[in-house]
Amino acid sequence: MTADGSDPTTSPLLSAMGVERSFGGVVAVSVDHLEVERGSIVALIGPNGAGKTTLFNVLTGFERADAGTWRFEGDELTGRPAHVIARAGMVRTFQTARVFPRLSVLDNVRMGSGGQRGERLATSVFPWTWRQQDRELAERAAELVEWVGLGAKRGDYAGTLSGGQRKLLELARAVMSAPRLLMLDEPMAGVNPALRQALLEKITELPSQGISVLFVEHDMDVVSAISDVVVCMSEGHVIAVGTPAEVAAQDAVVEAYLGRSHEDLRGRDPTEPLEES
Amino acid sequence: MLAINLPSAAVDGLRDAVSVPACVYALAATGLNLQFGFAGLMNFGHVASAMVGAYGTGIAVHEGLPLWLGILIGIAAGALLGLALGLPTLRLRADYLAIVTISTAEILRVVINSARLQSVTGGPIGITGIAKSFYSVNPLADGRYGIGSWSFNQNTLWTMIVGWTLVVLASLLVYRITRSPWGRMLKAIREDEEAARSLGKNVFGAKLQSLVLGSTIGALAGVIFVFDGGFVKPEFYVSQVTFNWYLVVILGGIGTVFGPALGSIVYWFAISVFNSLLTQAIGNRSFWFIDGTDTGAIRFVVVGLAVILLLVFRPQGILGDRQEALVRDR
Repeated sequence: MTADGSDPTTSPLLSAMGVERSFGGVVAVSVDHLEVERGSIVALIGPNGAGKTTLFNVLTGFERADAGTWRFEGDELTGRPAHVIARAGMVRTFQTARVFPRLSVLDNVRMGSGGQRGERLATSVFPWTWRQQDRELAERAAELVEWVGLGAKRGDYAGTLSGGQRKLLELARAVMSAPRLLMLDEPMAGVNPALRQALLEKITELPSQGISVLFVEHDMDVVSAISDVVVCMSEGHVIAVGTPAEVAAQDAVVEAYLGRSHEDLRGRDPTEPLEES
Repeated sequence: MLAINLPSAAVDGLRDAVSVPACVYALAATGLNLQFGFAGLMNFGHVASAMVGAYGTGIAVHEGLPLWLGILIGIAAGALLGLALGLPTLRLRADYLAIVTISTAEILRVVINSARLQSVTGGPIGITGIAKSFYSVNPLADGRYGIGSWSFNQNTLWTMIVGWTLVVLASLLVYRITRSPWGRMLKAIREDEEAARSLGKNVFGAKLQSLVLGSTIGALAGVIFVFDGGFVKPEFYVSQVTFNWYLVVILGGIGTVFGPALGSIVYWFAISVFNSLLTQAIGNRSFWFIDGTDTGAIRFVVVGLAVILLLVFRPQGILGDRQEALVRDR
């Protein structure tokens, strides 16, 4: 049970209320309600500039929210610093993969794990206090490097990887942190089409490991293939939530992506200016 | 026409390579490397840590405290300086740290140099006679030690022994902490702060630790410098010195453990040999473009040139990993 009496096993993993963020006069995000259920894969879709990445940034503490609250595992995380949110189990990746170029592929993944005794300055001087743990974590990291198919590159500097390989490395590193919710910002961007299917399968494996997924994606085939729930955003608002089929069928979604149908414009005086929608 | 004695220049070089200033540079560069090399912190005012170390010791002794207490005060002043610089700036973008640190170093030097504070800091004259109790515990008998002109008096040698021991200890400490998960985290923060933060690393805390530890080692360098003659003077702590230390770090190898110490030895050897050769070549003659008084300035021109060549042909420095130095950032 949590402080407010809700049961964390039945309440949603993540629930956000009234989250707002604007830049100058432009409202980037204004989300009334967003939930991620435990064990689900949720896709966040929407046209460019819909506010998906900004929502990611706000929820993970990388950007300040102007308003709103969000709870994760029943804990209020509103306004907490990014590293605290990550430690709580909400770990994000970036639209353009951010790896540590001058660290080896293996060391990049090792950075993922939290609670490393040797990461405390005071204990780092005494190797016997952390060596055993570090070795175990290195083994786990090596498994994850294999898992994303970078086994042959494990000793190379991450800076030598291609963009797609960096995406895979980032995924392995994020999984290494054993998150409860993995937030992937366009995990397929730049990934070789031959690897996409493999990557999709890896993402669908995650819920069975106790990792729920919220991911931003543009490719509707990918979204339909793996997600349980689709959330569509447009101009900062959530405009549709449902199964992939439900969301794809909604006019508002089609309109957000393709603009309004010409059907609506028939019978209109062509000289009259279009009303703002 | 030019009478150049190469062996004598080499002896000059070897003498300066192990001298107290080389030792001070090695220690200071070790601290700077912990900040810049491992954590990527652009501390352009590192000289201030040596300055507060030296003046902390100097003022304490001048006020009548025992030297050992003065040393502790000097070292604590270095740690406090790191804390004071880091707390307000480490959350900001890296360039702010560079601006704040170089300004702080200059402000501190100007304040220490001011006539108004002469009774405390000695103003431009500084404070003398600080290290008497350091020399009084010197186990070496009076006399000169060494071979020929490669020799040192008992007090200089005593300072060198203590100083180089501290260099070794500081290097071993850096070795230990940087070859640990903490060191890996520090490098990761240097590479990409945001990514480290996204993995739950306390970036601010780790950067502050590195800044404070680096400043403390810098203060220790200042203390050793006090032992070399037993006085402090503001003119030693101009900002140029920070950049000499950067040079030493780059020369030895950024982000290596023993690079700063080796870099300092090579730096002082090179400067001294070049100075010696130039002085011999010019003597007390005067040419239209140069005379005997210019050699001190010219050697830094040559050092600058050497650094440019180094960065072009050996960007990893002496001990660095070439592969690592050439990795693309993004």
